[in-house]
Amino acid sequence: MVQSTSSGSDTYGEAAGRRRSRRTLLRSAALGAGAVALPSLLAACGSGPNGVTMGSNASDAVPKKAFAEAFKAYEKKSKKTVRVNTVNHENFQENINRYLQGSPDDVFMWFAGNRMQYFAQKGLLSDISDLWQGFDGFSDALKKQSTGRDGKQYLVPYYYYPWAVFHRKSVFREKGYEIPKTFDQYRALARQMQKDGLVPFAFGDKDGWPAMGTFDYLNMRANGYDFHIALMSGQKAWNSPQVKQVFDLWRGLMPYHQKGANGRTWQEAAQTLAQKKAGMTVLGLPHPGQQFSAADRADLDFFPFPEIDPAHGQDAVEAPVDGFLMSKKAKDKDGARDLLKFLATPTAEDIYLASDPNNVAVNSGADTAAYTPLQKKAVQLVSSAQQISQFMDRDTRPDFASTVMIQAIQQFLGAPDDIDGLVNDIERQKKQIFSAT
Amino acid sequence: MPNTRARRAKRPGPRHHTRRDLAVLGVLLGIPILLDLALIWGPTLASVGLSFTTWDGIGAIHWAGLTNYDNLFTTYPQFWPAVRHNLLWLAALGLLAAPFGLLLAVLIDRGVRFSRFYQSTLYMPVVLSLAVVGFIAQLILSRDQGALNAVIGGRNPTDWLGNPGLNIWMVLLAACWRHTGYVMILYLAGLKSVDPGLKEAAALDGASERQAFFRIVLPTLRPVNVIVGVITVIESLRAFDIVYAINKGRNGLELLSVLVTDNIIGEAGRIGFGSAIAVVLLLVSLGFIVTYLVQELRGEERR
Repeated sequence: MVQSTSSGSDTYGEAAGRRRSRRTLLRSAALGAGAVALPSLLAACGSGPNGVTMGSNASDAVPKKAFAEAFKAYEKKSKKTVRVNTVNHENFQENINRYLQGSPDDVFMWFAGNRMQYFAQKGLLSDISDLWQGFDGFSDALKKQSTGRDGKQYLVPYYYYPWAVFHRKSVFREKGYEIPKTFDQYRALARQMQKDGLVPFAFGDKDGWPAMGTFDYLNMRANGYDFHIALMSGQKAWNSPQVKQVFDLWRGLMPYHQKGANGRTWQEAAQTLAQKKAGMTVLGLPHPGQQFSAADRADLDFFPFPEIDPAHGQDAVEAPVDGFLMSKKAKDKDGARDLLKFLATPTAEDIYLASDPNNVAVNSGADTAAYTPLQKKAVQLVSSAQQISQFMDRDTRPDFASTVMIQAIQQFLGAPDDIDGLVNDIERQKKQIFSAT
Repeated sequence: MPNTRARRAKRPGPRHHTRRDLAVLGVLLGIPILLDLALIWGPTLASVGLSFTTWDGIGAIHWAGLTNYDNLFTTYPQFWPAVRHNLLWLAALGLLAAPFGLLLAVLIDRGVRFSRFYQSTLYMPVVLSLAVVGFIAQLILSRDQGALNAVIGGRNPTDWLGNPGLNIWMVLLAACWRHTGYVMILYLAGLKSVDPGLKEAAALDGASERQAFFRIVLPTLRPVNVIVGVITVIESLRAFDIVYAINKGRNGLELLSVLVTDNIIGEAGRIGFGSAIAVVLLLVSLGFIVTYLVQELRGEERR
């Protein structure tokens, strides 16, 4: 054994230096820990007695500004403050789970129907049934979309946008096309358009969701709204004859659809409608208009998806509703309820729609004088509807929609012939997902 | 025996640590170990554990045994295509991109004209993130508005990215484009360090250019080969951004990493199921890691 050579003399200076370096080390460690803890501390200060906090997924410029206007009006009226935390739309959606379990804002933006009921069932939302007693101007269909599975209300609906078959007035006028009322007329029109050198249906499903609208309409027209809801909630089999019929009807329309839908975005599809290369497209109200130049926008028109089975007619309209929810963990409950009360008034919707005319107010008391003809027609379409559906990914479990249905529909679009294999695949996966929790 | 003892004796013996030394050591080693446990081992073991359960991210966690794995192998239509695509990725990068990168490196190293220009052009895609490569691919390959179809023309445009039998090859092309540059730079650095004397000696001994390359140059590049191999395996297993940028990894572009994301991220995550896919990916990676480590340790012994 040789004596250690390194720590021979322990002079004062050396020890002090070591102590200093250790202190720096500890200090930086503390700083590091602070950096980890700081965001949660900041988040904790997010709400307090001085105002309601609002979790916003309206990250796009137009709706962001429109919402800001509405909140400003509330602040002016109530002398209270609304503090808005805006998060990118997609991120908000992806993180909603952690958000609601962590420290959510008092009020936040979300979707009606199943997407809301899911979180209500998990006990993450505040019951606002008593507020609903004082609400005016909401139809029964809207109330249903704001109601959880326990029969209590959780949502203040704000605006919606119906889905329909969009087309250009001028093209229909020039070629003398008539608005089809039945599925046979719809097919005949498609055939005629093809003869005239048009692509009958502009179609893009690269993002995975746009084709769901067509499926929903075929299903609701052939099997009715109740079947749609039962299917979406997992109570009906996907390999049932009814669903096979839906895919079969769709397959019959495939030759009239724009080819290569899985490689095309809905924006590109809507552009072919704007360019008069395509005759029709099934989309939601805010979608095609965005791809039209301002001069052409007045030329855009729509008709309700045609009737397939007279027993169901054109009763159901697919119209996703967006609105506001109060989290279970809201700190300023009274403030949140007061804000929700304001947001349920027609005035609040008017202020919003003045800056974002791509949607339609849900409250029948809202001022429609400034509406474009298209918006007015949308109001008429929805208010005359017997039932309002949301959208496949909002009417069913989100995990089922995103991990099974997007892929299944894309597979169908690529190879529309193997319907049996497809629906059996869907049913097997549905059983797993719906039985898992 | 005496020899080793003599060598030992020259070394300083074990240090006597003061309490302070131990404290500093404890902190300096402890923090990384804690971080390692918290950021690497914790999530890994949690994934393995969760893969035997079902959990939606909110409610209770239910034990499910091997159900997730059973479902994965039998009823999840995206699983086997994803495995195939990951292997295809590995084959393309390993058998095409890497050798091609070596070839380019050798050519440039021999001093072709404009070699600086080639070098920077070929290396450029490495600077771009794979997501950007994905966007570039879309600009070129989009069916209706892409540059490639505009150049080819014709009445029936090819659906480069929407056709599930075709898009994987186009994406692999883009991935190889990027990987080739990466490999080329590594080999260029390696070739610079090969002693020119060795090559001269081989030439004097009458070796052909080819023999000199395969018998002399390539063996001296062994450390670079190992690095290229490791990078190629890692790149192919973690491939994600390019397909996600193109179509979220669906319709013919499935990869294991995409399936994990699909199932875990989102408002109602299938966290148990997603974890099971992650565990499969982990096992595949472990296969390569263990092989690599065994090779390295054996090499160490031989040296």
